[in-house]
Amino acid sequence: MDLHVLWFILLGLLLFGYAVLDGFDLGVGMLHAFIPRTDNERRLVINSIGPLWDGNEVWLVTFGGALFAAFPIAYASVFSGFYIPFMLLLCALIFRAAAIEFRSKQQAAFWRGAWDKAFTGASALAGLLMGVTVGNTLWGVPIGPQGVFQGSTWDLFNPYALLVGVLTVAVFCMHGSIYLYLKTEGALQERIKGWMWSTFGVFLILYVLVTIFTLVQRPDVTRHFQEYPIAWLAVVLNVLAIANIPRAIYLEKPFYAFLSSASTLLALVFLYGMALFPNMLVSSLGPEYTLSIYNAASSQKTLTIMAIVAAIGIPLVLTYTIVVYWTFRGKVKLGEFSY
Amino acid sequence: MELDVLLLSRVQFALTIMFHYLFPPLTIGLAAIMVGIEGMYLKTRDPQYEAMAKYWTKIFAVNFAMGVATGIVMEFEFGTNWAAYSRYVGDIFGSALAAEGIFAFFLESGFLAVLVFGWDRVSPRMHFFATLMVALGGIFSSIWITVANSWMQTPAGFHLVGEGPLARAEIVDFWAMVFNPSSIIRLLHVWMGAFILGAFFVLSIASWYLLRGRHIDFAEKTFKIALAVGIAGSLGALFTGHYSAHIVSEYQPAKLAAFEGHYTTGPADMYLFGFPDDETGRVAYGIPLPGGLSFLVHWSFTEPVAGLDRFARDEWPNVPLVFQTYHAMVALGLFFIGITLLAAFFLWRGTLFRQRWLLWIFVFAVLGAYASNQLGWVSAEAGRQPWIVYGLLKTSEALSESVTAEMVLSSIIMFTLIYLLLFAIWVFVMNSKIQHGPEAAAVHGTGERARDWIDASARRANPSGFSLSAARGDDFKPDVDSHDTPPPHS
Repeated sequence: MDLHVLWFILLGLLLFGYAVLDGFDLGVGMLHAFIPRTDNERRLVINSIGPLWDGNEVWLVTFGGALFAAFPIAYASVFSGFYIPFMLLLCALIFRAAAIEFRSKQQAAFWRGAWDKAFTGASALAGLLMGVTVGNTLWGVPIGPQGVFQGSTWDLFNPYALLVGVLTVAVFCMHGSIYLYLKTEGALQERIKGWMWSTFGVFLILYVLVTIFTLVQRPDVTRHFQEYPIAWLAVVLNVLAIANIPRAIYLEKPFYAFLSSASTLLALVFLYGMALFPNMLVSSLGPEYTLSIYNAASSQKTLTIMAIVAAIGIPLVLTYTIVVYWTFRGKVKLGEFSY
Repeated sequence: MELDVLLLSRVQFALTIMFHYLFPPLTIGLAAIMVGIEGMYLKTRDPQYEAMAKYWTKIFAVNFAMGVATGIVMEFEFGTNWAAYSRYVGDIFGSALAAEGIFAFFLESGFLAVLVFGWDRVSPRMHFFATLMVALGGIFSSIWITVANSWMQTPAGFHLVGEGPLARAEIVDFWAMVFNPSSIIRLLHVWMGAFILGAFFVLSIASWYLLRGRHIDFAEKTFKIALAVGIAGSLGALFTGHYSAHIVSEYQPAKLAAFEGHYTTGPADMYLFGFPDDETGRVAYGIPLPGGLSFLVHWSFTEPVAGLDRFARDEWPNVPLVFQTYHAMVALGLFFIGITLLAAFFLWRGTLFRQRWLLWIFVFAVLGAYASNQLGWVSAEAGRQPWIVYGLLKTSEALSESVTAEMVLSSIIMFTLIYLLLFAIWVFVMNSKIQHGPEAAAVHGTGERARDWIDASARRANPSGFSLSAARGDDFKPDVDSHDTPPPHS
């Protein structure tokens, strides 16, 4: 198999792992300011992701490392070109971690209130900026020779990228609300039910808008569908998964709703990959400047070594993930060691 | 004033890496001590060790979270600020970062969840295993990042492809790249620095409790375990430091010359103290040990050592900075050996915990441990300048082409404000944890575990929240349907 393609797929899997896992804890963070009403409920919401959020964020770190190793030229262009948005993303990720860690360490209302706001604000900003980045890679970015970014920061906040950013926030909110429903009980859980419906509604509207916007403005995203008709399966899966979310909520089968929401994310990441392939970063200044998995890659030797690293590492990573999720299964309870 | 994007990018990197490096060596060292404590608990089943393990786990968790939050900044910065560097070394440096993520961070963060939140969900053996895995994860992480940095000091196992801005270093021999000449010795030295910091951090808090007459049993037991780690780390740092300097003398002679302000090739002195002056090419107000550096490098007081005169003036590092940071690190290292051995002597005599003056020194010595880790890295990194990859790529050629000075300045301001805030909060939270102290050790057999079990079975029988221990007059609060109950001190 072509190692460049293999690494494109592996990056897609890392992105999917990140979206499914950190997606729900970012969503829980976004909803934190709105759903719980008492301090006890706020602690339940934070502790629903307490033992898990840190491991989930490692998927992003590893995605970054893998991008750096496999496609260093794309890594360098994206990170330096997106300087200001990425600095804001770092600010958001730092405040999120600090909010989770420090919020319940003191009793004072102003302390907890400030961290609660930071937690929600940082989670929403992180989701938005990740979506803006994804949107820009589909829309095209002004990169010139050697992948050097030649535009201004404002070019990155174009309407399409912002719309994808808002969609990302919405899909994480929906995913997070379903997760929170699974982990809670009683009156809190009852209230989350309404949030599952409303976040699903918002997601559906934005999903349709982004799909139309993309197909009208960037019709070449479907260029691979003729060559590989099997890709239509992903579209069908996507529609079925989205349709199954309200069905499962209605039938009170939240775990199926969560699986459907995860499948939706899988389909979205797959379609994103299909739209991009074989490019990593499309130049809006001319196709000769576009960075692809061939002209932005590291050497064959490095790709081979990293494939061996991945082959050893992935089973280990899946084992830890399963052990941890199994250990912390069931409804969230507050105890001596909770946040 | 014209803003210099190179200077600003270096300032930003220094600021963010130095703030980040307050936390990883502490958690690596602390994890080693926690493995010792939990191992003692498994062996003796003394509940005091359990109380110790729980206390240090909470301290560990806060510092680990700070390390994670500030660490992700570093991974981004290679791309955001040093894009030309990232293209040049992506094959090598990127591989190490990716391996760090796959082999270290997942292990660390996964088992951290069990370590911090899993006390009543897993057996003590499984919990010990989780602690061990977290400690191992920190060690793995330090391996990959130190390998990556050592490759920048002593590059090996690569060849150069392409010309000009398209030039890139590609891996030829993976194992030669990993085991480049300075990897192993620098890694060992980094570990010793981490053990020193972990040990002195624990010693500081234990000494404080002893001086205040609080948590005496806890503090004495903790002190002994940490002292053992502290002695091993301090002596280890001396030996690894010495052999690390040997590698520097062989592969980075300009850095070695800057360490000792050795301007003119010839027999080299070692200075206890001094101010190197680039203009006169001498060390002003210096107290030299004549031929000391020659002796350490060649085992001969007269053997010549290459001086800075062998290098073009624009290939010198900042000599005064490298000299002073290196000397301060060495002085601190010797100080650590002195006080840990002294403490061991008093422990052997059975009078250690009556030596209040020594305990006071230990209360503050942790600041020296933080400083020595930082100083060592400053001398290593500043000593490599003007190169970012020694002999291959200049730092000035490694910047992001599209990033302006204004952008870097704005992000420096952002990081400064965030880190000042985080630092203040960290000090505040650490202080309240230390003031609060460990929970009392559970009494043998009839301890919390038994009471929890009685409560749990009562709740199963009567879900309304009735509790046997409440009937006994304990301060039981039903944890269902209660709002705004005070949190445990977590």
